Amino acid sequence: MCFSRSRSASVTYQVQECFGYLPPPALKEISQRTNIRLSRVYGVVTFYAQFYTEPRGRHTIRVCRGTACHVKGAGRVLDAACRELGITEGETTPDLMFCLETVACLGTCFLAPVMMIDNQYFGRLTPQRVQSILRDYQTKQ
Amino acid sequence: MIKPLTSIDELSKLRAELAARPRPEVEIRVCSTGCRALGALEVCEALEQEIESRDLDRRVRVVRTGCHGLCAGAVAMVIDPPGIFYQGVTPDDVPEIIQSTVLNGEIINRLCWADGDRVIARQEDIPFYKHQTRLVLRNCGVVDPRSLEDCIAHGAYSALPQVLSAMSPEQVISEVLASGLRGRGGAGFPTGRKWQFARAAAGELKYVICNADEGDPGAFMDRALLEGDPHLMIEGMLIGAYAIGSGQGIIYVRAEYPIAIEHTQIALARARQVGLLGTNILGMGFDFDIEIRQGAGAFVCGEETALIASVEGKRGMPRPRPPFPATSGLYGKPTNINNVETWANVPRVIQQGAVTYSEIGTEGSKGTKIFALAGQVRNTGLVEVPMGTTLREIIFDIGGGIPRGRKFKAAQIGGPSGGCVPPRYLDLPIDYDSVEQIGAIMGSGGLIVMDEATCMVDIAQFFTEFVQKESCGKCVPCRVGTKRMLEMLTRITEGEGELADIDRLERLGQMIKQTSLCGLGQTAPNPVLSTIRYFRDEYEAHILEKRCPACACQALLTYRIRADICTGCTACAKVCSVGAISGEPKQPHTIDISTCIKCGVCYQTCKFQAIVVE
Ligand SMILES: Cc1cc2nc3c(=O)[nH]c(=O)nc-3n(C[C@H](O)[C@H](O)[C@H](O)COP(=O)(O)O)c2cc1C
Ligand code: SF4
Ligand code: FES
Repeated sequence: MCFSRSRSASVTYQVQECFGYLPPPALKEISQRTNIRLSRVYGVVTFYAQFYTEPRGRHTIRVCRGTACHVKGAGRVLDAACRELGITEGETTPDLMFCLETVACLGTCFLAPVMMIDNQYFGRLTPQRVQSILRDYQTKQ
Repeated sequence: MIKPLTSIDELSKLRAELAARPRPEVEIRVCSTGCRALGALEVCEALEQEIESRDLDRRVRVVRTGCHGLCAGAVAMVIDPPGIFYQGVTPDDVPEIIQSTVLNGEIINRLCWADGDRVIARQEDIPFYKHQTRLVLRNCGVVDPRSLEDCIAHGAYSALPQVLSAMSPEQVISEVLASGLRGRGGAGFPTGRKWQFARAAAGELKYVICNADEGDPGAFMDRALLEGDPHLMIEGMLIGAYAIGSGQGIIYVRAEYPIAIEHTQIALARARQVGLLGTNILGMGFDFDIEIRQGAGAFVCGEETALIASVEGKRGMPRPRPPFPATSGLYGKPTNINNVETWANVPRVIQQGAVTYSEIGTEGSKGTKIFALAGQVRNTGLVEVPMGTTLREIIFDIGGGIPRGRKFKAAQIGGPSGGCVPPRYLDLPIDYDSVEQIGAIMGSGGLIVMDEATCMVDIAQFFTEFVQKESCGKCVPCRVGTKRMLEMLTRITEGEGELADIDRLERLGQMIKQTSLCGLGQTAPNPVLSTIRYFRDEYEAHILEKRCPACACQALLTYRIRADICTGCTACAKVCSVGAISGEPKQPHTIDISTCIKCGVCYQTCKFQAIVVE
C-alpha cells in the first residue's frame, strides 16, 4: 500500500477497505507509517461517518433519513428494519450478519423512501416490503 | 481508440470525423444511472440480447446514458428517432419494444407518459419537458458518459479551444463576470469575482476544486451531472484553471455516490489519455490535471474551509475567514472552489458569450438553475428552468402537482439551510434574492414538495435533528444551541410543549444565526424560523390542543377502526406485525391501543378507508 502520496483520509479509507473496519492495531500502524500522531488519526477516524472502529456485519443496510424520504415515511421504514432485525440504528446483529445505519441522503430521492443493502438500492419502500426484502436476505444465507 | 491530440486542429478534425461516422438508424437511450435502482442494467442487457438475436446490431444501438430527468418514470428510455419516451420499462417489455416500436413504428400506450386518458409518446410534448429550458442538462440522458467519443461528438470540449487559442486569462474572467454567473452551491457568490481574487493572489501553485459533496438531503443534481455528463464539468474546470492560473484540480465527491465516482474516474482517465488533461494540453502550453477525492460522510465538509481540511486529511472543521481560500486555501495555497453545476455552466458562458448567456434569468440571477424535485409531487426528478421561474410552474406545470388529489402545503427550498415556502408565494419568481427575502435560500436547488399530510413542526424537528448531528462542534451556539432547539421541538411534537417555547425558539434561533462561525450554524435555525413564521398555527395546535393537524406526529396519534365501515376482511389483522388488531372474519375489527406501535401499515392496507388516524 502506498502511504507516500497522500497523508489524507484516503489512506485510512484504503486500510478500512482491506479489513472492513479499523481495529486499534491498524490505527497504530497508520500512525507510524504516515508519521501522524495516533491522536490525530483517531480524531479523523471518529469525525467521519464512513470510518468504523467496530467490526461490521456482512451486509450493511443504509436506510435513508433524508428530507424526501422523511416526508414519504422513512421513519416507518427504519422502524420496520429495526423490528425485523431486533437491533436499533447504528447496531450490528449478534450473528454479524447485518449492520443497520441511517444516511443523510442517497441521492435517489425520486424513489423515496429508499434504502441500500451493500451496493444495491431499494426504492418506494413500505414496512411490508422491508420485511420481505430482509427475510429474503436472511434465507439466502 | 483516439490518438493523443496535440493541437486544436486535431480536436476539430476528430470532431468532424466522429460526426461523419455512420449512425445507427435508431438509438435507444436508457438511463443506466439513477434508474439502476429499479433494474435499468437488466433492461439494457435484455435489449442488447434481443438486438443481437434479431441481427439488428447495425441498425439499432443501445446507449447507456445518464439521467433523463423524469426519475418518477424509472426505468426510463428514449427511442430516437422519433423521440419516444417510455417509462416503467422492465426486461419483459423488451421484445415488444423492439418488435412494435423500433421495427413497426407502433407506440406502446402502456409504457407512455399519461395523465388520465391523455397519452403522450413524444418526449418533447410531455409537459414535464415542454416547460423546461434544458441547457446545462442538454446532453445528460443523451450521451454515453463513459464514451469520450460520444461526448465530443455531442459538443464536449468546444469552448476550450476558443479559450486556449483566442482569449487571455483576463478576458475569460471578464466574460464570466459579464455573464452574471453566480455560484450554484449555495450562497450565490459571483463566480467571476471569485476567479479574480484567485488570479490576483500571489503564488505559483494554485488549486481549483470542484465541490461535489452535495450534502443537502434531498438534492441530486450534482450526482446526475457527474454521472450523466462528467466531461462538461471537466471542461469548465479546465477553463477556470486557465483563467486563474492553476495547474492542479481536485474533485471532492461524496462516497455515497458510487456511480458518480466511477463515471468521473473514467472521464478523467479518458481525457488524460487523449491529452485533454496533462501537460501541454492541445499543444497550447497549458498544463492541468485533476484528482478525485472521496468525502467520508459529513455534511459540514461541503463548507469550503472544512472541505479543504478534509482534503488535507484532517477533521473536516470549518475555520474563520479571512483568509479566504482564494488567498490561502488547500495546503495554504490560493484555491478556488466552485460547485459542480457552476463549473458545468462555464463552457456555455464562453461558447455563447456573456451577452447571450445573460439574456436568460432575472436582473440579479442569470442563466438557468437545476432543481431536484422530490417529495409529494407527481413527476419527481431533475428540472432545469430559467432563474425567475415561479414555484407554481415548477411544481404544477412541470411537476404535475400533488398526487392523490391532496393539497399543496409548502415547498422546502435549500435543505437544512433553507426554509418552507407557503402557498401564498407560489407565484413569486424564484431567484437568489427573492428566495432569501421569504426566509429560505436557493441553496443547491433541492426542492421538496409537502402536502397537507406533512407536519411543519415535524419538519422543523427533522432538520434541527439533522444539523444537530452534523454540527462539527467547534462553536457553542451551533453545538449546544441546536441541541436545545431540538429538545424544545421534540417536546412540542410529543404534546409536552408550552407556548413560551415558540418565543424561546425564535430568540435562540436568531442568536445562533448571529454568533455561529460557519454557514451551517448561521443557517441552521432557518427551517424552524420559517415554519414559525408561516405555520405558527400548527405549533399552537400541538401545544394548546395536543393535536397534530397533519396527523404526522406519532405521539399525538391514535389509530381506530370505524365499525360502520369495516367489512371484516382481515387484511389489517394480517399485516399488523405486533398483533394489535383482533376481530372475527366478516365482523368489524378493533385495534388495541396499548399494543399498537403506530406504524401505519394497517392504514395503508385497508381498501375501505375504515381506519382513521386522529
Ligand atoms: C454547511 C455547508 C454545506 C455546504 N455544502 C455544499 C455542498 O454540498 N456543495 C456545494 O457545492 N457547496 C456547499 N456549500 C457551499 C460552499 O461552502 C461553497 O460556498 C461553494 O462550494 C462555492 O461554490 P459556488 O460559488 O460555485 O457556489 C456548503 C456550505 C455550508 C456552510
Ligand atoms: S457553526 Fe457549527 S458546523 Fe460551523 S464551525 Fe461552528 S460548530 Fe462547526
Ligand atoms: S432523501 Fe432519501 S435518497 Fe435523498
